[in-house]
Amino acid sequence: MQRILILGAGTAGTMAANHLRKELGSEYEITIVDQDETHYYQPGFLFIPFGTYQPSDVMKPTADFLRKGISHVNGEVASLEPAANRVLLTDGRTFGYDHLIIATGTHPTLGETPGLDSDEYGKTVHDFFSLESAVALQEALKEFKEGRLVVSLIEMPIKCPVAPLEFAFLADAHFTDLGIRDKVEIVYVTPMSSVFTKPVASEQLGDMFEQRGIHLEPDFYLERVDAEAKMLVSYDEREVPYDLLVTVPINMGASFVGAAGIGDELNHVRVDPGNFQSPDYPNIFALGDAASLPTSKAGSVAHFAMDTFVPNFVDYLLGLPMKHEFDGHANCYIETGHDKAMLIDFNYKTQPLPGKYPVPGIGPFSLLEESKVNHRGKLAFRWMYWNLLLPGRHLPVSSEMSMAGKDTDLA
Amino acid sequence: MPTTAIADKEIHVDAEGFMTEYDEWDEDLARILASNIGIDELTEAHWSVLNFLRADYAERGETPTLRRVSATGGVPTKELFVLFPKKPARKMAYVAGLPKPVGCI
Repeated sequence: MQRILILGAGTAGTMAANHLRKELGSEYEITIVDQDETHYYQPGFLFIPFGTYQPSDVMKPTADFLRKGISHVNGEVASLEPAANRVLLTDGRTFGYDHLIIATGTHPTLGETPGLDSDEYGKTVHDFFSLESAVALQEALKEFKEGRLVVSLIEMPIKCPVAPLEFAFLADAHFTDLGIRDKVEIVYVTPMSSVFTKPVASEQLGDMFEQRGIHLEPDFYLERVDAEAKMLVSYDEREVPYDLLVTVPINMGASFVGAAGIGDELNHVRVDPGNFQSPDYPNIFALGDAASLPTSKAGSVAHFAMDTFVPNFVDYLLGLPMKHEFDGHANCYIETGHDKAMLIDFNYKTQPLPGKYPVPGIGPFSLLEESKVNHRGKLAFRWMYWNLLLPGRHLPVSSEMSMAGKDTDLA
Repeated sequence: MPTTAIADKEIHVDAEGFMTEYDEWDEDLARILASNIGIDELTEAHWSVLNFLRADYAERGETPTLRRVSATGGVPTKELFVLFPKKPARKMAYVAGLPKPVGCI
């Protein structure tokens, strides 16, 4: 009997557990550990502040998505002892393993930014990366009728790098619909030099900011929040005042990763970007947002990664070389307001380009272009997530990125 | 990759002027690159940052982020903004002859 231990029953951990249970015989025991018994559809959090989704739309019991033959443990990881092949939980239970898959994600960490975690959190200072905070923001937006709304991205990488952009677009649409857009100033503060990380998409998104009158404050590396004065202060002493602040706090991986010495400065697990194996311990792998990869932290990456990870991991278990190389494929819908959205598709090497997806020249989705079809795709994805993706069924799209259907002149 | 001539030397650079060949860099070149972006004198504090960047890149194959320079290199972020004003991540990579930091995906 060989023991496979999976830490984290989020998008990546759940998919990995289900795929491996399908592929592997009963000589492999699969255990998955998570501190939460609820599985959250995290992409849905964005819609809660605007009342489009309610909490019940984005939560279901974790156990409903795990195949038979997977043992499900409810508990919080206290520490990992990689040399001893052992994981300790905070309640004192200990789990030994032969093979470990870390899928504990990345999480907003308020304490990394002085002044962020104050009494004002949930009042004039918000985020939307948990159900609780998204609901608090929904209440705050209901009350907000005029003033300066500041969306502040503190440091990359973050999970779902397009989320703060989407928030700014949806806020613009929200205040426009209420007829008070002229009373609300929207400011987007980022440590980057432009709206987004990749040049072609950034230009397009920058134009969309201008059309919507969203003011961009680039190269702003936040040092601290003065919650009393309602002011953001950068390392080079620039100040941005706000009435309502929506932050994307610094995202960090689980602290046990750092303590075990297998992570980077932000506790994301160092792995080979092609096969997710730890360079320090060959029986440790990291999937999804928990891994330090040069691509977006997004559920789509975890999803596309499964097609190479699963056969690789089976080969690894048999002592064979891992033959499949993950290309870093990610795609993200970007909600742009008024029931429209954009779609971007990219990988380690190729930036997002205009074109059609998934069928070249046909679509139905348009890359780097706003459309209602894209928005309907985003809404329909929630059903696919619960019913196809998490249970480990195949989606009708290729996991490897394709250049067909893309306008490569712009690259 | 395009090349450009600096102080009689042909060096390989990307479209934004970041050097792409690690071994083409030397300290004299660093002084010229620094002056190109308005840093007239490289002090000891600058050199200690540049040396960390070069050594870290040699070991890991990627340009370190601001966070890594402060967490591992031991130079507070605040000081990096004083040494390489406004855009320290880009500026220090430029002077150290390293690829533009990916940092943000």
